[in-house]
Amino acid sequence: MISINEVIETNNMISKMNLDVRTITMGISLLDCVGSDVDDTCRKIYEKITTYAKDLVKTGNDISQKYGIPIVNKRISITPVSLVGGSVCKSSADFVKIAKALDEAAKTVGVNFIGGYSALVSKGMTTADELLIRSIPEALASTSKVCSSVNVGSTKTGINMDAVKLIGEVILETAELTKEEDSLGCCKFVVFCNAPDDNPFMAGAFHGVTEADCIINVGVSGPGVVKKALEEVRGENFEILCETIKKTAFKVTRVGQLVAKEASKRLNVPFGIVDLSLAPTPAVGDSVGEILEEIGLEYAGAPGTTAALALLNDQVKKGGVMASSYVGGLSGAFIPVSEDQRMIDAVSAGALTLEKLEAMTCVCSVGLDMIAIPGDTKASTISGIIADEMALGMINQKTTAVRLIPVIGKGVGETAEFGGLLGYAPIMPVNNFGCEQFVNRGGRIPAPIHSFKN
Amino acid sequence: MKKRIVTVVGKDSVGIIAKVCVYLANNDINILDIAQTIVGGYFNMMMVVDIQNSSKSTDIVASELSQIGDEIGVQIKVQHEEIFEMMHRI
Repeated sequence: MISINEVIETNNMISKMNLDVRTITMGISLLDCVGSDVDDTCRKIYEKITTYAKDLVKTGNDISQKYGIPIVNKRISITPVSLVGGSVCKSSADFVKIAKALDEAAKTVGVNFIGGYSALVSKGMTTADELLIRSIPEALASTSKVCSSVNVGSTKTGINMDAVKLIGEVILETAELTKEEDSLGCCKFVVFCNAPDDNPFMAGAFHGVTEADCIINVGVSGPGVVKKALEEVRGENFEILCETIKKTAFKVTRVGQLVAKEASKRLNVPFGIVDLSLAPTPAVGDSVGEILEEIGLEYAGAPGTTAALALLNDQVKKGGVMASSYVGGLSGAFIPVSEDQRMIDAVSAGALTLEKLEAMTCVCSVGLDMIAIPGDTKASTISGIIADEMALGMINQKTTAVRLIPVIGKGVGETAEFGGLLGYAPIMPVNNFGCEQFVNRGGRIPAPIHSFKN
Repeated sequence: MKKRIVTVVGKDSVGIIAKVCVYLANNDINILDIAQTIVGGYFNMMMVVDIQNSSKSTDIVASELSQIGDEIGVQIKVQHEEIFEMMHRI
């Protein structure tokens, strides 16, 4: 029989430590939605999504009620649109039509984001891929729910530098088109190396071509719970620190596993994976930065941060893997700047720089995430930053990503406001020494060698 | 058997358990286990109940108990036991 202390512990995690299930994401394949022309394709896409996901939001809310655990977001990921629209889209404007159909479908079923306005171009771009990438600024500016991602590199293929160059320009154009809202459009776009097929988290979620027709993936969260558990072991050695993180991650992930199985059963859709990421929000007590401080750093960014993050990430995985039958997605600690209050504070205090964040991304999931930079940053500089981050992923056989927001009309010292879960961000300085000649070379960086590891 | 966990958290006062028990009895909900403790000055009570014979669904029981909680100044929650089993048992 469950004891009262266990009940109190669980409920305190929920009520006082922001334990929640961050997202139930339904992955839907759109490969069978290709129609005779763009409008026909849009119609088929709309119909399939609104049929498959019609009960998603209600089911999420019902499960939330059943277990007394908040399920914050209900979302949809779809097959990368460049594949779906490849045969019918003859221009970027055609792809934008699909984006609008996706937006409509998302609004109809009541999800807060739909991800998969994407292209996978780690080795080369087809005409459709390039048209889609060029349509991203317009698509993100004219929709509110659509999220976009492009995979530009992988350990197996190397890095497509033509795409990296193009995306530097696309990010700036997206920023320009949404400059009235502090370049909000860029918050909905992420560029990847080694993108996972089953990531439930936005903006990078898409439903990979290796997946089944429809699947349920769940993303858990719980930085507040880890932080609170670590308060109990202040001053203890690393063994105790690591054990505590591991046990806490286990508990948090079990809730995700429970919710995923229940959602899968109720929706009659196979269970895909649980993504056991520590995903922060701007709320106080829901911060990865705070965990790093609790581990013993004055601020995230202080010497020792990379090591602290490495152990945190590793223990979260070790605890989480045992808690779930299928783990996937990104699974680790997220270090977005704008979505994490203590990371924002660390930047404001001057403790955390772009370069330190880059180092931190070598040991945790994702990458340079939700970082506001000056609006006058050159496209080639953005491409250079992306290339660096992609190289880390390629060489280290891990997922890395970049979500930069060049805030048009603002500079270092000012703040960009995105609202809601996206938070706000102090604008960080970037290294403005030139890299045009590097970025402009064209072609791709070859795949790395898999031996002689040093 | 349909087991649910009822928790009551708040400032201690006379008649909290009585109120909850009367509601449960009136709705044919059997109490299987009951425990209480004080944590950080707050009254915490947990009941394991069986709602098998109740004519009301868990949702309705949860919202009615929550309303009773509001009236007497405590927070009452009804949850499926699975969440606790999952988290604390391997």
